[in-house]
Amino acid sequence: MTTHYLVLSALLFVIGGVGVLVRRNAIVVFMCVELMLNACNLAFVTFARQNGNLDGQIIAFFVMIVAAAEVVIGLAIIVTIFRTRRSASVDDVNLLKY
Amino acid sequence: MEPTKIIEHTGGVIGASWLLIALPLLGAAVLLLGGRRTDKFGHLLGVATAVASFVVGVLAFAQLMGFDPAERRRAVPLYDFIPGLTKMGLLIDPLSISFVLLITGVGSLIHIYSIGYMAHDPNRRRFFAYLNLFVAAMLLLVLADNYVGLYVGWEGVGLASYLLIGFWQHKPAAATAAKKAFIVNRVGDFGLAIGIFTIFTAFNTVSYAGVMASGEHPSQGTLTAIGLLLLLGACGKSAQLPLQSWLLDAMEGPTPVSALIHAATMVTAGVYLVTRSGAMFFPEGSTAAIAVTIVGVATLLAGAIIGTAKDDIKKALAGSTMSQIGYMMLAAGIGPAGYAFAIAHLITHGFFKADMFLGAGSVMHAMNDEVNMRKYGGLRKVMPITFATFLVGYLAIIGFPLLSGYFTKDGIIESAMEYSATLGWLAVLGAGITGFYMSRLVFMTFFGQKRWEADAHPHESPAVMTLPLIILSVGSIFLGAFLILGNRFMTFLAPAVGLPEHLPSFHPFSVAGLATLALVAAGVALAWFKYGAAEVPVTAPRGSFLTTFARRDLYGDALNEALFMRPGQWLTRLAVFFDNRGIDGLVNGLAAGIGGTSGRLRRVQTGFVRSYALSIFVGAAILVGAWFVVGNL
Amino acid sequence: MHYWLSTLIGVPVVGALGVAAVKNELRAKQATLAVSLLVLALTVAMAVQFSPNGDKFQFTETYDWVPSFGIHFGLGVDGIALVLILLSVVLVPVVVLASWHEAEAGKRSVRTYFALLLVLEAMMIGVFAATDVFLFYVFFEAMLIPMYFMIGSYGGTQRSYAAVKFLLYSLFGGLLMLVAVIALYSIAGKGTFMFTDLVGSVQDVGTQKWLFLGFFIAFAIKAPLWPFHTWLPDAAAQAPAGAAVLLVGVLDKVGTYGMLRFCLELFPAASKYFTPLVITLSVIGIVYGAIVAIGQTDMKRLIAYTSISHFGFIAMGVFAMTVNAGSGATLYMVNHGFSTGALFLIAGFLIHRRGSQYISDYGGVQKVAPILAGTFLVAGLSGLALPGLSSFVSEFMVLIGTYEAYVVPAVIATSGVVLAAIYILWMYQRTMNGPTAESVRDIKDLSGREKWVVAPLIAVILVLGFYPKPLLDVINPAVTDTLSSVQVTQQAPVAQEGQ
Repeated sequence: MTTHYLVLSALLFVIGGVGVLVRRNAIVVFMCVELMLNACNLAFVTFARQNGNLDGQIIAFFVMIVAAAEVVIGLAIIVTIFRTRRSASVDDVNLLKY
Repeated sequence: MEPTKIIEHTGGVIGASWLLIALPLLGAAVLLLGGRRTDKFGHLLGVATAVASFVVGVLAFAQLMGFDPAERRRAVPLYDFIPGLTKMGLLIDPLSISFVLLITGVGSLIHIYSIGYMAHDPNRRRFFAYLNLFVAAMLLLVLADNYVGLYVGWEGVGLASYLLIGFWQHKPAAATAAKKAFIVNRVGDFGLAIGIFTIFTAFNTVSYAGVMASGEHPSQGTLTAIGLLLLLGACGKSAQLPLQSWLLDAMEGPTPVSALIHAATMVTAGVYLVTRSGAMFFPEGSTAAIAVTIVGVATLLAGAIIGTAKDDIKKALAGSTMSQIGYMMLAAGIGPAGYAFAIAHLITHGFFKADMFLGAGSVMHAMNDEVNMRKYGGLRKVMPITFATFLVGYLAIIGFPLLSGYFTKDGIIESAMEYSATLGWLAVLGAGITGFYMSRLVFMTFFGQKRWEADAHPHESPAVMTLPLIILSVGSIFLGAFLILGNRFMTFLAPAVGLPEHLPSFHPFSVAGLATLALVAAGVALAWFKYGAAEVPVTAPRGSFLTTFARRDLYGDALNEALFMRPGQWLTRLAVFFDNRGIDGLVNGLAAGIGGTSGRLRRVQTGFVRSYALSIFVGAAILVGAWFVVGNL
Repeated sequence: MHYWLSTLIGVPVVGALGVAAVKNELRAKQATLAVSLLVLALTVAMAVQFSPNGDKFQFTETYDWVPSFGIHFGLGVDGIALVLILLSVVLVPVVVLASWHEAEAGKRSVRTYFALLLVLEAMMIGVFAATDVFLFYVFFEAMLIPMYFMIGSYGGTQRSYAAVKFLLYSLFGGLLMLVAVIALYSIAGKGTFMFTDLVGSVQDVGTQKWLFLGFFIAFAIKAPLWPFHTWLPDAAAQAPAGAAVLLVGVLDKVGTYGMLRFCLELFPAASKYFTPLVITLSVIGIVYGAIVAIGQTDMKRLIAYTSISHFGFIAMGVFAMTVNAGSGATLYMVNHGFSTGALFLIAGFLIHRRGSQYISDYGGVQKVAPILAGTFLVAGLSGLALPGLSSFVSEFMVLIGTYEAYVVPAVIATSGVVLAAIYILWMYQRTMNGPTAESVRDIKDLSGREKWVVAPLIAVILVLGFYPKPLLDVINPAVTDTLSSVQVTQQAPVAQEGQ
């Protein structure tokens, strides 16, 4: 029965990935990244249940913690950029290049 | 008779003969290191060390004469110079002691003369330092008991010659002439050095005694090669064809230098080398010895021809020096029958040529350093002593009967006749040309009309300059008869160079002798007709093709320029270009290539986050795809 | 147990730290001079205890460094290393005194310059004293760092180009050597990097060839041999005169020293195999370096090219594999350090006065600065191997030793003596002779300090020219020993004890 969960996980991952590629707004891109992380979490938990051990669940926790930390830093950066440049579009922030 | 064995010697004056070299070397060191502080007494110290060295030489000579003739080759070991290669020691034998007396004797006279000649030069001290350095190096050259020591002295005299030719460094011509002399000499040294390498490889020693006593018997080819290489060295130092071109330019140096180095002593080092190595590498009739005679004859004619066309008094004398050394080389190539004549002529030539060079210096001194003989004329009345001494030297060199040159040059011509009639007659011809060009020089300078520049006020030189002239001219009169009559010099030298199978006897009226006298007389008459009796134009006439040929030094310089200098300059430019563009270009090109590639790759970093994300996804997809493919294989 | 060599390395390192800490610039200079003189005194004290016919390596010290890989801090000297250390420690005080005002032109720190000099001295002693191959490699690379900064921070207008070129070239060679060092370690399988244990441990000729190339290319770049030479003219021309002296006088000798010590002893069969190639490169270098030197317009570049010619002589002497040539080459390393060092320093004094390196900007200096011109001539004449000056003995030995083994290369190389006369005397004529150029009319002769710089060098050049025996007595046994290991392996490749 785990197939359904895995299909859902794959769908969420693809939605997240496409969102990262096509959206310009930094907040939306950020949320799409979160979506991909959570798709992975779902897959981990699914496999944990299927294999009957706790490894996947533990990793899911790690991912959540990392994601939380990432949110804190990432949002702070986005807010700072918005303050100085009056824009949340990722295409406007291309100063760091060759 | 072969040369006798060399005996180790300690004690006595001979044991202390290193003083011969050390004294002038000390003088040079004090004068160079002492700087301006020694300006006041510099010239006196220079003269004192030269004279002291002469005294030591005379004492050593006296001690040597005390030994039995068969024991007159004394080696004085000094110290281990290059461990495993050679020790340094001195060889006192009749040959080297003859040179010692000539170098220190004539050298001292020229030192004394220079006090007067250089009196007004602000760098007189430095001049004496270099002269002392030269004497030390020249003595090392003739005294060393091995080829490496000889080489050290050989290049040492080259250095002194370089410093002295270029003594008036501010004159570009002098600086260029000095450099040219050194470089051309180095070409000769190249031959000498390789000759020494070959000697060491063949005999495993470089000392004369070692080579003579060596049990090794190298092939004839090796011996010939050594002989020819040594000859190349001798050609460089003695200004023999084809390395003659530097000597005429060397006349840029102060005149005492021309007298000491480029007439009496240094330029005869080649003759010394051939004589010293004669028994070992120039045996009678060998290819190398024949080469020596050919070089000698070619040079004696070339030098004489050059001498006929020069208007510069010193250059005319320099051509004459070349020619006279050609005679000595010819004699040295003949073998034991010629060695004694070669060295005897070398000694008498040292006297009469130094006499004439110093006389020329005296004339220049009087004429505001004018060297063009066309602007002299009629000087015999204002400079009687210079004229008289010059006249003696002149009569000696053309071989006027009973003067020095008559005996020694005639000896050479006689032995050349016996050796090969062709060479003999060529030598006679050379003597005839000598008669012409020397008479031309004397007539243009001392006889005829005054052709002086307006500001010239010729006067006789001071005693410090005329005294050496007088002593030298006395030697020019008597020395030849003293050395040659009764084969006195030949038997004296015998322990060092050997004796011919039958001793020559002196025939005053041989065919060759009479022919020589006749040709010389013809030469003198021709010169009188052209330059004594007739008016000498102040500007040189254009002259025939032959005159130009002689004036341009037989196109020797032009040849060197076309064959070596121009191609050398092109090669240098090509090499520099190749180094900058070729090798360094390759290296820098490689660096530029790497830099350029990374410059292109850099452009991938656009700054757009989404394109980075796309590349991450594509990369991940490729990785996963690859995993599938590989996993399914 | 004695600590001679570790003291010799330690004193300058500690001195460098002290100099860097001193606030006052003059004090820093004086301290540097004092430390370098102390090192000189210590080295002389050590050298007099050296017994030429004793053990191969003397004053040995060995400490474990990385025991798991058999890396030691192993020090010791034979005759060859000893004379090269002597060369280094004599040159450093001279360079310190010559560089007295060198670092003041820019805004760079004076103290750092002198501290770097002392660090460099420690590295130079270390590289010659190392008896552990890995330690040798470490010093070989570490030497680059102070020199890089000395060129890059204190050099002429194109200093960064020159410094980077120098660094990249050396690193490239060094990395090849590192590969060869590690390969040697694992192929030998002795579990140690100690030189004496590694000698004779690689018997297979094919393997030897590859390892030889790794070492040789590093040394050929360092020396530098033709065609790896183009970094030297740039580096030497841009470096301050003092640094140039140490660069050409000592650092480059590590290349030729390495060939003699490591290439010949570790890979005798490969050395023999590659001898024709190396001799050819050397002979090309001798003639080519001289010809390119003739065509130079920049004084320091000219001197650098003459050195390329001289390094050709040294490499030829090393690979001729006769005692005369080998000893001559070793002596040449020392003599070249002194004579080229003197030439660079005096040229540096002249350039400092006029502010131009171009020969055409000079003329007639002899008239206004006779002592400067005279000493320049002596140094130059030593460069052209005039008898009576030190280079003659070594060049003559190299040539005569090469002639014993290879006639044609020796003859071609001897033509270098003619070319040497041309490049030295022509430079001398253009700068010192002739009418005095307007721009140099007011320059001053050597000052007291500068005389003290030049005097010891000239004195050494003269003394060694007439009496090279003290050095040769030390060098000859060491070279004989080195060459015997080459011969033995060729005639009878005996198995090592451990196998």
